[in-house]
Amino acid sequence: MALLDIQGVTRRFGDFTAVDHVSLAIEAGEFFTLLGPSGCGKTTLLRMIAGFDLPDAGRILLNGEDIAGRPPEARPVRTVFQSYSLFPHMSVEGNIAFPLEMARVPPAERRPRIEAALEDVRLVGFNKRYPHELSGGQKQRVAIARALITHPTMLLLDEPLAALDAKLREELQIELINLQKEVGIAFVYVTHDQTEALALSHRIAVMNRGCVEQLDEPSKIYGFPRTRFVADFIGHCNLFSGPVLSNAEGIVRIDVAGLGPVLVAAQSSIAVGANGSIALRPEKTRIAAPQDANDPHAGGFAAALPPEGAHRAARGGPSPLVDPHAGGFAAALPPEGAHRAARGGPSPLVPDNRYRGTVADLLYMGDVTVYRVATPGGSRVEALLANSQSGRAKFFEVGDAVEVSWRVDAGHFIEE
Amino acid sequence: MAGTRPDTRLARWLVAGPPLLYLLVFFAAPALIMVLASFRSPGEFGGLAPLVDEAGKVDLNVDSYARFLTETVYMQVFVKSAWYAGLTTAICLLLAYPLATLIAKSAKKYRDLLLLLVILPFWSNFLIRIYAWMIILGPNAALAKAVNGVLAVFGAGPVPLLFSGFAVLVCLVYVHLPFMVLPLYANLEKHDQALLDAAQDLGANAWQRFWRITFPLSLPGVYAGAALVFIPALGIFAIPDILGGPEDTLIGNLIKQQFLETRDWPFGSVLSIVLTVSALVLAGTAAWVGRRSLGAARA
Repeated sequence: MALLDIQGVTRRFGDFTAVDHVSLAIEAGEFFTLLGPSGCGKTTLLRMIAGFDLPDAGRILLNGEDIAGRPPEARPVRTVFQSYSLFPHMSVEGNIAFPLEMARVPPAERRPRIEAALEDVRLVGFNKRYPHELSGGQKQRVAIARALITHPTMLLLDEPLAALDAKLREELQIELINLQKEVGIAFVYVTHDQTEALALSHRIAVMNRGCVEQLDEPSKIYGFPRTRFVADFIGHCNLFSGPVLSNAEGIVRIDVAGLGPVLVAAQSSIAVGANGSIALRPEKTRIAAPQDANDPHAGGFAAALPPEGAHRAARGGPSPLVDPHAGGFAAALPPEGAHRAARGGPSPLVPDNRYRGTVADLLYMGDVTVYRVATPGGSRVEALLANSQSGRAKFFEVGDAVEVSWRVDAGHFIEE
Repeated sequence: MAGTRPDTRLARWLVAGPPLLYLLVFFAAPALIMVLASFRSPGEFGGLAPLVDEAGKVDLNVDSYARFLTETVYMQVFVKSAWYAGLTTAICLLLAYPLATLIAKSAKKYRDLLLLLVILPFWSNFLIRIYAWMIILGPNAALAKAVNGVLAVFGAGPVPLLFSGFAVLVCLVYVHLPFMVLPLYANLEKHDQALLDAAQDLGANAWQRFWRITFPLSLPGVYAGAALVFIPALGIFAIPDILGGPEDTLIGNLIKQQFLETRDWPFGSVLSIVLTVSALVLAGTAAWVGRRSLGAARA
């Protein structure tokens, strides 16, 4: 039996359906994240778990018991609010003692528990401080200590790190992971920040317009998004859509406007003519100087380079291999390309996707540079290159003619 | 960046100067004159005796202060005034707190209307409102008849409502209620609902949420309202004059008497000074206790 069982929960506000028939189960000891843009219903769902809001339909079971009739103060669930909500007229100690007082824990028992809680969140000696004397990170730790002191069965966290700066956020993320391991209770975490969700969670429910679009482990969510929304929302993504041209032998070919036919490895039963999408992460997209500037077929298919060549090309060096068959399907590949056919999917004879274009704009971010390549057909492809060589900021400039390519198994096919 | 530019300083004086001058001429100077008057002798036909008498001796004494301290009747009036003012403050607080909470929690579009209703009585003249109470509490009005009718059932009464301590208190509360509602509202309106949610989440029931969170956080509003009610109520004279009985002479009436009827200016000045100083001391103590209790609630 799951710790928390949400069964077909719906919540409407007037005409607006904030949460639409959501069913999910959260296991004991799990770090579970509700991820989605603002207005997707994640906070409403959290508030219904806490008891501040009641479902219009459906049930919420905690340890098998329907908790609809229990007000928030009677649920063994605690919330850490986004604004911390520390009581400004009470010291750190007063704040942490508050739930103990409410639970009528005898005063003699309180002291050791308060000290232990302060130790857990590394705030020993802060007893007499007032909230206004604490930094954002410290306030957040007090809020967590206060929520955990009565040993709830579940901790709900409503965007607890949203108000903190990036560096501190990262630090607190690690602390949260460790704390969750330490206390061992289920954490239900609400955020709109996908990197935070990926870093923290055991499982993520990606929500959109009141529905759960995908519920999976972080790596599955990132690597195999089930819908266009998930692909787009989680990280950066090239999304190519169009009608299916062919579907055979684990390779789907779709016709993308402005780009032409794009191949993707997929075990799909999608019919020819139906619409499909390909999600392609920029870091799986290679970018290189064009092999042959005079190639009349630029923008069409080109043969795959062996990986060594691709690497050289990515470094901006000249490639020894120039494809003579650009524009159509390439001839047989050298056998080195065979290992590419990972996951037993595409045949090693299937060439890479390969397109010519010019760098439309680029974003230098220090560790990596994101290039947006415009194809002659008017499509845009994003490629990401790690700046692993010191002193080298960029490989290409805006306006440079380049070639982008990716393996057929680099993209992820999404049926629609 | 050292110092302020001279023209900025000049502008500051030009802006602050007129109100400062106004306060100096019409508040500080009269207060000083009053202090001086309290040490002089009453004139033969009222007012003040000459400062320098025929013998060329400067006539300054503490006779009026001695009179206030030795004749207990004045102290009694003073204590009674403080009692009325205190009772008024307490009743206003009890009535205003739920009202201010209601306004603070109501939808924005009703809030202005409700606030308008609270201050609406100010639109009519203070004295007219007091005279209106004369009619409401009068012996032939429905209220008095109803009260005495009920009392008659139990074999008691009849009691007069008008010209009694009751009438004075009712009107004191009526007049001062807005002064309690407004600062309380201003405070409660700023309260963060998230704090109450947090308290509830941490196991506090409705009463505990009020007593441990809302009330302590509203104390600045409570103190401001208490000061705004207590101090004017302490010195009021029109209400006991019009609605009170002979027993209901308060310090304000006494001061008025000294200046307008008895024409004993030095003694009137002494009473005024005692009133002002005790109001200041009370306000100061309230502020100090307020800060301390807030600190104690924190500790």
